[in-house]
Amino acid sequence: MKLILHIWRQKNPSAPGKMMRYPMDNLSHEMSVLEMLDVLNEQLIVKGERPVTFEHDCREGICGSCGFMINGVAHGPMPATTVCQLTLRHFKDGEEVYLEPWRAHAFPILKDLMVNRSALDRIIAAGGYISVPTGSAPDGNTIPVGKGDADRSMDAAACIGCGACVAACPNASAALFTGAKIAHLGLLPQGQPERNKRALKMVAQVTRELFGSCSNIGECEAVCPKEIRLEAIARMNRDFLAGSWTER
Amino acid sequence: MKLDSKIPSGPIQEKWDRARFEMKLVNPANKRKYNIIVVGSGLAGGAAAASFGELGYNVKCFCYQDSPRRAHSIAAQGGINAAKNYQNDGDSIYRLFYDTVKGGDFRAREANVYRLAQISVNIIDQCVAQGVPFAREYGGTLSNRSFGGAQVSRTFYARGQTGQQLLLGAYQALMRQVDSGSVTMFPRTEMVDLVVVDGRARGIVTRNLISGKIESHVADAVVLGTGGYGNVFYLSTNAKGSNATAIWRAYKRGALFANPCFTQIHPTCIPVSGDYQSKLTLMSESLRNDGRIWVPLAKGDTRPPMQIPENERDYYLERRYPAFGNLVPRDIASRAAKQVCDEGHGVGSTGLGVYLDFSDAIQRLGNSVVADRYGNLFKMYERITGDNPYEVPMRIFPAIHYTMGGLWVDYQLQSTIPGLFVIGEANFSDHGANRLGASALMQGLSDGYFVLPYTIGNYLAAARPDGLDANHAQFREAEENVNRITQRLLAANGQRTVDSFHRELGKILWDYCGMARNAEGLRLALGKIRELREEYWKNVLVGGEAEDLNQSLERAGRVADYFELAELLVTDALARNESCGGHFREEFQTPEGEALRDDANYSYVAAWEYKGPNQEPELHKEPLEFEHVHPSQRSYK
Ligand SMILES: Cc1cc2nc3c(=O)[nH]c(=O)nc-3n(C[C@H](O)[C@H](O)[C@H](O)COP(=O)(O)OP(=O)(O)OC[C@H]3O[C@@H](n4cnc5c(N)ncnc54)[C@H](O)[C@@H]3O)c2cc1C
Ligand code: FES
Repeated sequence: MKLILHIWRQKNPSAPGKMMRYPMDNLSHEMSVLEMLDVLNEQLIVKGERPVTFEHDCREGICGSCGFMINGVAHGPMPATTVCQLTLRHFKDGEEVYLEPWRAHAFPILKDLMVNRSALDRIIAAGGYISVPTGSAPDGNTIPVGKGDADRSMDAAACIGCGACVAACPNASAALFTGAKIAHLGLLPQGQPERNKRALKMVAQVTRELFGSCSNIGECEAVCPKEIRLEAIARMNRDFLAGSWTER
Repeated sequence: MKLDSKIPSGPIQEKWDRARFEMKLVNPANKRKYNIIVVGSGLAGGAAAASFGELGYNVKCFCYQDSPRRAHSIAAQGGINAAKNYQNDGDSIYRLFYDTVKGGDFRAREANVYRLAQISVNIIDQCVAQGVPFAREYGGTLSNRSFGGAQVSRTFYARGQTGQQLLLGAYQALMRQVDSGSVTMFPRTEMVDLVVVDGRARGIVTRNLISGKIESHVADAVVLGTGGYGNVFYLSTNAKGSNATAIWRAYKRGALFANPCFTQIHPTCIPVSGDYQSKLTLMSESLRNDGRIWVPLAKGDTRPPMQIPENERDYYLERRYPAFGNLVPRDIASRAAKQVCDEGHGVGSTGLGVYLDFSDAIQRLGNSVVADRYGNLFKMYERITGDNPYEVPMRIFPAIHYTMGGLWVDYQLQSTIPGLFVIGEANFSDHGANRLGASALMQGLSDGYFVLPYTIGNYLAAARPDGLDANHAQFREAEENVNRITQRLLAANGQRTVDSFHRELGKILWDYCGMARNAEGLRLALGKIRELREEYWKNVLVGGEAEDLNQSLERAGRVADYFELAELLVTDALARNESCGGHFREEFQTPEGEALRDDANYSYVAAWEYKGPNQEPELHKEPLEFEHVHPSQRSYK
């Protein structure tokens, strides 16, 4: 099959970028989008041109390294699928396909399709954990957790930190990412002691990182490759509000 | 060189206690004066760095990804073992120890494995307390599943994302230390050399993957938790960036490399579909709990699977291994799949595949129970292949997955270079010639949370901080060495891309040193690898510049190391004239085609010493003694 790619090319953070056109031939339906870029890069290197920089590692949809916009949609057309697992089966022969990096104030572009997402690490560092130093844990079964709570906690914990939610949001808000961690830990008994404080600290960091604020549009939920629900944001808001009272 | 494994004396149950008591401690007030470098932020490195930070050491932690949360451990699916015996089904620390030594085909150190089994129970407690959302029963207790190589249910899991959840637990503990200032994180930074001063590991040289800058970091001890080297085969289930560079360059600085030929092939991966294929996707071994493996009885039967009646199917694992059935260890399951495909029973367009069928499980348990256990794996399978496993059996084939070999370490996890510690998949320690499922996560966390925090203290207590700085001649020399390699790679400016070489190297290894090996093929492979390596340095085309973000250059450096490692791997396979675990030499098998060990001559760890460029490495042997688990031919019948 054939595709006509248009890819954002930008040499470094301060250089101006532009879309470049790359017609691709002899593609297979079973290839992933990243494997298509591998093929393109091999061709570019042999021609002495600069290959397209993009981030990837596991290629199994779990590490959260990969991600860019495909035709304006974060991770492309298939729901619950990262670009590394998106096969060309989902494109039409001859289609024009536009690849662009995540665009958000808090995610500066480093090169081509690669951006800097370290702000997400700093949000976790601000409070996205349970404080339990190695060696200080009681027996696992002394903390019963209902199956429902464990399952819902796991739903939120499935976040891979790819940043698609931020890229999809017209406000470039990190509410779904932050809410997911708050929900994961807040749904478990182990997470209760620090629950409200956690929300306060994480939300404060979100503000410092220049993410936009959430206005309940829901684009984030629509593109999330792990199908994290908007509910997580509601939990964040509730814990934040509770924290504003209890942690004064 | 005499290898001293430093195994404590006394009964096996008391060795670790005794070792902990005998170890020297660092005065709490002095800990912040010690600098520790941890390379790797996976389960092993992340757990170690977080724990050191909590103890008060000054820690620098490195990873090549943009965030420590993305280490390859994130991809582990199935679960983590622990001898909790919550199921009351006959498990115990001794049984986990026994299963692991036996599963490793009697090529692991008993004392290490016993300690691992003891610590396994603490790991689960720690992870639960961190908020890892393990699967639960309705009453709120922890749930377990069975895994290959065991007849008890001791595997803890978080859906099909156990590695992800354990890693996020370690990552969150690590980020808490980053926030408190005890750990400094260096993401997007690749270790490219080890610096040894006066015989001790004193630092590393790194390349900043954004700017291309080469930098030196000094420390009182260096820890490598950089993962396995499965990507030497090009196609594997490892993350694309997983590499051997850190351990390989440490090997070239004097650390011994143990059992490189012990590589593990995982039986349940999605078969290869084309030349562009960039990696192989694992389908968790836990699927073998409820899925039944079969091939058509008739050779070359191309009917769709659902049209093949029951009596025309060969459930070959259940037939050959009635006691363990579909749950035999990985090496056995992989080889059996290869055999049936070699005999012409393979399925799919390439004939390199077998069925993994859930129709019985769905009938017995219903769709929703099966979905609860394996839903995300089924979805992943469908995304990649376009087939729905609720309706048609999965097609699977073995693929390179894990490397039991790695840098040699003693009981304290210290390599042959004082001050260099190696943890997780990067060392060779606990799995012998074959690792059981759900045991790598256990080992990584055991090393990182519970072993190294003690043993590194013992080392540091005797090593006073001395104010060494990066202007020392050894650091200059290492930086120059790195720059030289980079310049050579860029200057070749040949005709072939890095990936094309890597793919060809991987094919040689897979063909001659994969699931089955023989002396003739191995000798042939050695010649082919050397030839290809020579061509590499003359004809590789990297492109771009050294001082820039250059992903092709990153790969070029790693592939240069793979060429050398491949040679050592084949050399080791050739020197081990027996079959054991993942190392199957066709010349050494029983009449039924099972691996034939040679305990009289090969009951040792093969530890190789680097002797300089184009020199034969020197083999050192650490004899293995078995006091508790008597070596026998493994039987899973
Ligand atoms: C698909 C898959 C499924 C698996 N499932 C299971 C399972 O169910 N149960 C189980 O027990 N095991 C499983 N395993 C095995 C297990 O996941 C690994 O053995 C284990 O996670 C390795 O952990 P680690 O900490 O040693 O290394 P890794 O997690 O690989 O981490 C390596 C770290 O080192 C860093 N690094 C590497 N090289 C460099 C360098 N040169 N410079 C700087 N940093 C570097 C990386 O950035 C990373 O942070 C699975 C493996 C795979 C591939
Ligand atoms: S590469 Fe890991 S999620 Fe896509």
